[in-house]
This record gives sequence, C-alpha cells and structure tokens, in this order.
Amino acid sequence: MTACEDRLLHLHALLDGELDAVNSVAFEAHLKSCVGCAEEFARLERVSEQARDPALQYRAPSSLRARIEADIAAQRPAQSRSVPPTVRKSVSSWMAGGAVTALAASLALLVAVPQLTTGSVQDQLVANHVRSLLANHLTDVATSNRHVVKPWFNGRIDFAPPVPELAGQGFPLVGGRLDYLDGRVVPAIVYHRRLHTINLFVLPAGSFSSPVGIITRREGYGLERWTSGGLEFWAVSDIDSHELEQFRDAFVRATG
Amino acid sequence: MDRRGSIFRPRLVFNGRARAGDAAVSDEARRFREVMLPHLDAAYSLARYLTADPTAAEDIAQEAFLNAFRAFGSYQGGSAKAWLFAIVRNCWRDRARAAMARSRVLIDQAGLSEGQAAAIDNYPDEGETPEAALLRQQEVEGVRTVIAALPEPFREALVLREMEQMSYREIAAVTEVPIGTVMSRLARARDMLATLLLPQRDAPQEECA
Repeated sequence: MTACEDRLLHLHALLDGELDAVNSVAFEAHLKSCVGCAEEFARLERVSEQARDPALQYRAPSSLRARIEADIAAQRPAQSRSVPPTVRKSVSSWMAGGAVTALAASLALLVAVPQLTTGSVQDQLVANHVRSLLANHLTDVATSNRHVVKPWFNGRIDFAPPVPELAGQGFPLVGGRLDYLDGRVVPAIVYHRRLHTINLFVLPAGSFSSPVGIITRREGYGLERWTSGGLEFWAVSDIDSHELEQFRDAFVRATG
Repeated sequence: MDRRGSIFRPRLVFNGRARAGDAAVSDEARRFREVMLPHLDAAYSLARYLTADPTAAEDIAQEAFLNAFRAFGSYQGGSAKAWLFAIVRNCWRDRARAAMARSRVLIDQAGLSEGQAAAIDNYPDEGETPEAALLRQQEVEGVRTVIAALPEPFREALVLREMEQMSYREIAAVTEVPIGTVMSRLARARDMLATLLLPQRDAPQEECA
C-alpha cells in the first residue's frame, strides 16, 4: 500500500498539473506498474476533490462589500493630492494623451526588452532546475566520468560545452542531460554539492549577450551567470550564493 | 513578481502630465474596483481560513482592501489575486502578532448573527429540497472544520492550492517561501486531510516495485 517514498512529491505535482508533458507521461506509466503509488494517487485525488468543492469557499458578507466600497470612496480626495482640477475639453486632448501613451509604451518596449528576456530566462532556469529534481530526470547520462559526458553531448547539440570534473573542489560531476531553454535544446551539466544539486545550463552567447555576470536569487534558488569562450553559463541551485560563487570560480579555473 | 506592467500603464502618463486631475483619481478607483473587487470573496475566504474567526476575517479583508487601494500604484500587473492575497496575509500576520503581544481575551459579540449571516450567504442552490440542502450544508461544514483543524502553514498551502487553484509558483510568491517548501507543505496538508476525511485504508498490500 505504500507509495514510493521518493516519488511522493511527484504524485502531488502530477495531480496539480505541475509536471511537464514528458514527465507526466513517464510518471503515469509508473502509476500503471506500481500499486502503492497508484493507490496513493487515488487517495490524493479523492481528498483533493473534496477540498476543491466550491461550497467550501466563504463568501464575503454584503456588509463587508459595502464597507470596502465606502473606504474606496473616502480615499479619493486624499489620493488627488496637489493635482490641479482641469476640465477635459475635447476629444483632441484625449488623442494627445493617447499618442503620448503610445510613445511611452514603444520607448518602454525598447528599454524593457533585454530585462524581460533575462527575467523570463531566469524563470525558465528555475523551472527547469525544479523539474529536473522533481521528475527523476536529473540526468540522461549518469556518470561521474567527464570523458563519457562530453562526447554524449556530441551530435545532440551543435556546440561543445566544457565538462570538467570538480570533485576535488567539492563539486562532483553527476552527469548531463538535455533541457529546453528559450525554445532551444541546451545541455545541462549536473554537479552535486553535498546533498544539493547544481544544474549548469550552457548556451552559445548571442552577439548581443552581455559579458556582465549576474548573481541573483529567485524563489529561493540561486542563479549565477557568467560568459566564457563564447558560451553563456547559468548555474542554478539551492546552495547559498557564496557556495555558488565558489562553484563558478572552480569551473572557470578548470576550463580557463 | 512581474515587473513589466508598470511601464505600460497609461495611468502613469496622465499623472505625470498632471492632466486629468480628479478624473485620474476616479479612474484609479474604477480600475481598482474592476481588478481587485472581484476577488473580495476569495480574499475574505482566505482570511476566514487563516483566522477561523468570522469577525477577524472581515476586519482583515477590509484592512487588506484599504491597504491594497493605497498601494494600488505599485501593482504591476500579473495575478491580481496573488497580489491581493499577499496583502491579506500581511494584515493577518500583523494582527496575529499584535494579538500575541496583548494576549487578548476574545469575546465574539457578533458571533451569532455572523454565523447566521454566513449560513444565509452560503445557502446552497435553490434547486435542492430543504432537507438535502441541510445535509449538504452539514457536509460542507464538516470539511471546513477538518480543514480549520490543520496546523497553520499546511492549511494555508492547501487553501491556496485547492480552493484558489493557485500554481506552486504563485503560492511560493504569496507565502514567501521556496517552491520546494510549498510542495512539502501541500503534500503534508493533503496527507493529513486524507487521514481525517477518508475512511482508513485496508491492510498493507505490497511495496512499490
């Protein structure tokens, strides 16, 4: 009756539609062969269905709605501050406003796009990292032998990422896998730090790619970006930023 | 959270040019009503599950909406519900802290009328007979009571996921914890709920292959 201990979170993720298509299919196949997981999944489905009953939601009393409406109405004078009252005269002044808005929007587009791209890449990196841990799809080629990992990528991607062994620095190589980032297939090289996993995503640095390093945290995960030899590297892990920097330094030293 | 929305907001242009005056203000109020007020029930429901106290839930929801309106300028697009929920949660946290500080005696003066109001508010579909409706209401109250009995971070994760249908990422953003924590809390919450709600399972069969 017991489900696989290490797959409990998958059951929930599958139920919540948080596994991607490939992993959903793989995990559903597992459910067919594993009685324990299948039973647990059915149990979770039942309880989830009960908890989703819309009747469980409380509805705000109408008196509360009225009080909030009154609050909003009362706030209005305070919000206006020193803005002088003006009379909107014609449609043309609206048009002018619209034109300014459009101009501002197009300028904002120019300014905002690089930031947007980085932001969405970072989101994808975190999502990829989480999924790799969640879906038992950490590695396609599981070996600590870098001479196996590196050639494995040949023919699967059109560039050759460096795959140094960093066990001596406390970051043993675990393997490699293919992942998707920004609509293309990229290699992910997997290292460990104690019990933590580091996913290192490698992509060719585009011509507009900035050489600036980035260290940031997103949803509790650390991201570290650097470029070297025409490649862009993104390391993602839940180890602290300091250790992630050590990892980058070790990697750069080993490949430089 | 998504930061791009602010740049595109035409409202900024009007404010910046100090044009429309009160019109901009009432525009803001109108937009607030359109974007945030539809989530009033959800906000109240969340507060109610967080506090298990109808009066406190109303106060928290009201305070949250007032704070949300004052801070509406900083709302930068993205999920309005998640943005609002984060505020509801902060109001609840602040209150819980204050309450802890003065270890208050809780006298729920409005308890009875609130209970009646809630019963009327939550009255089921008109199609049902009074008896069926009563049974249904009892069943709903039973599940609510069980959920209310779950320990705190687990109950919150469950309510956000199951009732509000938020994604793991949204829950992580609202509750300010990593996705991994959201997942383990939710798993624990569901397991507890299943133990409390579902009939016990049969004798052990076989281990997972």
